[in-house]
Amino acid sequence: MKELFEIISQPWPWYVAGFIIALVMFTLLYLGNTFGISSNLRTVCSIFGAGKNCEFFDFNWRAQTWNLIFAGGMMIGGFIAAQWLTPDSSVQISDETIAELQSLGIENPGENIVPEQLFSWESLLTLKGFVMLIVGGFLVGFGTRYAGGCTSGHAISGLSDLQLPSLIAVIGFFIGGLFITYLVLPLLLTL
Amino acid sequence: MKFFRYLLIGIVFGITLTKAEIISWYRIYEMFRFQSFHMYGVIGTAVVLGVIATQIIKRTNMKSADGSRIIIAPKAKSVSRYLFGGIIFGLGWALTGACPGPLFILVGNGVSVVLVVIASALLGTYTYGLVKDKLPH
Repeated sequence: MKELFEIISQPWPWYVAGFIIALVMFTLLYLGNTFGISSNLRTVCSIFGAGKNCEFFDFNWRAQTWNLIFAGGMMIGGFIAAQWLTPDSSVQISDETIAELQSLGIENPGENIVPEQLFSWESLLTLKGFVMLIVGGFLVGFGTRYAGGCTSGHAISGLSDLQLPSLIAVIGFFIGGLFITYLVLPLLLTL
Repeated sequence: MKFFRYLLIGIVFGITLTKAEIISWYRIYEMFRFQSFHMYGVIGTAVVLGVIATQIIKRTNMKSADGSRIIIAPKAKSVSRYLFGGIIFGLGWALTGACPGPLFILVGNGVSVVLVVIASALLGTYTYGLVKDKLPH
């Protein structure tokens, strides 16, 4: 039992994560649903009454309740993992990444799951915090709905079904991501 | 009780994405800089196993838990919506270091400011709903 806990406490390798993600997708299909998390954002808009003045949100959101509960489970899972299964919260990123982020002014890269100087309530009042968290969040919400899915819906579910639209979406994810990482973050983080 | 299983699957998913560090901003940065195999390994394994599972479902006409046939709906044909929408999501993914799943999981990890990111994502989704008809699809 102690050995098992010891293994679980370590960071999990990529093949374990990949296997469980595929298993989650399969289980959701088997239960008659599809694996796609960003649709929850649309559902929540609908619950807040967005369907009154906008047709896009006027649907029977109750049929999506299972997905909201799935998202609630994800929060609980994150809590369980952080509280009891992760004695060391540092992230095993490469030395190259650490050196690069240090040169961009990030303190102790990889020491925590996110850069604490940016993921804080105070940082929302700075330009870089505002762009990263608020503008970034907006683009996530807008882009996933425009593309009709996110990483789970397109990169995992869609590619698994060999769907060309999902491949186009994933190529788009990378065009956007590479643009930010290579051209915007070096400027933004050193502001 | 019917919903309990979704809660359980969500918990497994949340634990896995935390333990494999997929919810880390650093991992996404590292992925886009091609400085580690980790994220490519995760997505690659999931997709390879996913292709096999999907093929089995289709070729055996597998039934779902309630006895109906499992139907995987093909996505509508278009280039512009997937490309432009994908690019916009990619911009947000690299900034926040999180796709929608990890946003929920980060809240559970105690990164409370991510609630603001989720609120902003809701506003983004709402804005899409409002301007949708003016965009190329």
